Amino acid sequence: MVKQGVVPDDLNRPFFEAANDGRLVVQICTACDRLHFPPRVACDRCGSSDFLEWKQMSGKGKIYNYGVVYDCPVATLKEDLPFNLAAIMLDEDPGILMYSHLPGTPADEVPVGAAVQVIFEATANGQKVPEWQVIG
Amino acid sequence: MTTQMAPESMYRSTEGLGIWEHRGKVASVGIGHSPTARRWDGKPETSVGALSILALRKAIADAGVNPEEVDGLVLVPVTTTGAYWPADQPVPMDAVNAFNPTDDPLDGIGQLSAEWIIKNMPELTNVKFTMYAPGCMSAAIVVAAQAVGDGLASNCLVLKGWHNLEGRYNHGGISASDEVPGSFAINPGRTLWGAPGCFGTALQFAQYCTKYGKNHDMMAPFMQNSRRNGLLFPEGYWAQHRPEQLTPEDYLSSRWIAKPANLFDNDIPIMVAAAYLFTTADRAQDMAQKPVYILNHASSRGTARSITPTLEEVEAETAATGRKIYEGAGITAEDLSFENMYDGFAQFHQFHIEGLRYRGMQPGDALDFYQTDISIEGPNPILASGGNIGGGRSRFWMHTDCMQQIQGRAGARALTGVKPEIAVSGGPMPMGGNFTVWSATPD
Ligand SMILES: [Zn+2]
Repeated sequence: MVKQGVVPDDLNRPFFEAANDGRLVVQICTACDRLHFPPRVACDRCGSSDFLEWKQMSGKGKIYNYGVVYDCPVATLKEDLPFNLAAIMLDEDPGILMYSHLPGTPADEVPVGAAVQVIFEATANGQKVPEWQVIG
Repeated sequence: MTTQMAPESMYRSTEGLGIWEHRGKVASVGIGHSPTARRWDGKPETSVGALSILALRKAIADAGVNPEEVDGLVLVPVTTTGAYWPADQPVPMDAVNAFNPTDDPLDGIGQLSAEWIIKNMPELTNVKFTMYAPGCMSAAIVVAAQAVGDGLASNCLVLKGWHNLEGRYNHGGISASDEVPGSFAINPGRTLWGAPGCFGTALQFAQYCTKYGKNHDMMAPFMQNSRRNGLLFPEGYWAQHRPEQLTPEDYLSSRWIAKPANLFDNDIPIMVAAAYLFTTADRAQDMAQKPVYILNHASSRGTARSITPTLEEVEAETAATGRKIYEGAGITAEDLSFENMYDGFAQFHQFHIEGLRYRGMQPGDALDFYQTDISIEGPNPILASGGNIGGGRSRFWMHTDCMQQIQGRAGARALTGVKPEIAVSGGPMPMGGNFTVWSATPD
């Protein structure tokens, strides 16, 4: 599958630069030890914008649940229909979710709750994004 | 006159506010609906502006009010079902100039301003209060109810119009683009990941099925019941244009959009407008229709922790919404004769009614409840209006139905298994919406 190219902006540049280096980082408020994804301009718990940093994750997670997309308006994805679209919970904090097409898992054969490992996949313009694969 | 968007202070969006200060002192006394159409055919008389004028005039006449007694107007300026007027397409000036235009040629065609309405309804000579509400009729009702209660208007029109243009929305623009900004890619991320509009709800529904051991087939009786109720709603799209029942077989064999959401789990966008006339409980006594009193309005302002709301977040929010609804009205779940919570997407109606604890329901109970008698003839009616599923995407059938049932003029849709005395309607989203409690009596 070829995802649309991504052009990082200031709020998320560290996330995408890390992805190009093969690392998964998530924004954290070090004042109250709160992870944010998507990244925020201020902490959604303590409200501070002075302690926002980026923390490397283990790249391990679990499948929260999924749907199978059969009808999709995005030109670059249409030839791959139907495809899985899962939400992944990070092991560090299951309240943090990331989307995944679960490369390697056939459509609608998704093991809900299964462990997954991050990989990094190039989008149409070469910018990499995190993807997730079922382990084992 | 400049018209402002309603301030957040007009909404009751937190718990612990106590009984609504205007409980039973505001009433709805007039209803007006335009005809429906699947799409705009480009003629001035079928534009969203024309439909809105029609609905407003019907509501005024229905209430038996002299137009010059109308002093307030609350409306939703956005009228799109999803598509905005394409930038590269010329605006049809013959349709625009068939009305008294404002500075914006899209007014009356692809949006609505209070100014446009007033300019094109010369009989409204005394409107002194105008206000905008965001999104849908559910918000406009809340704002108008609060405005009348606060004394900002005595006879207040409430309006929502919808336009639906040719073509499928979301297929152009950013969906056709080769690149997206990083912030968009992460959240909402719909185009990077290819999630259709219903995906967030489908994901919550998938988790609901996993958590409670339910499945998509169990939605079929609800879908069938909703279409049946909608076909008994002469103002609705399906009743007017496609009077076909929806059988479980039709529903279950429909194509997937984002499994577990299929085509019928998504509502159909249409052209339509509706208007209501709200007044004070005192004035309502002299009007043509039996007053329907508003006992409370409550709003939900949930936020997701991460990229999309989880089932667990939805369940917490709808439960809080239920508590707010009851607290301000001074009632309990047992006082509800029926419910008309939102259904567009079909797969979140159960979140709304479980949050209400309707008929004692707890989270995970609704799909089993759907297998029992949920008809308008039974003791436990579900979505008596038929909602968006039964009437097309208006997000207002549920409000009209609450009023008509309580007034005893719901026609073939009249509830016979319960006496319609107190009902709740509202939406749209389980994580964000506006809700109203309607009553046959002010106390
Ligand atoms: Zn913090």
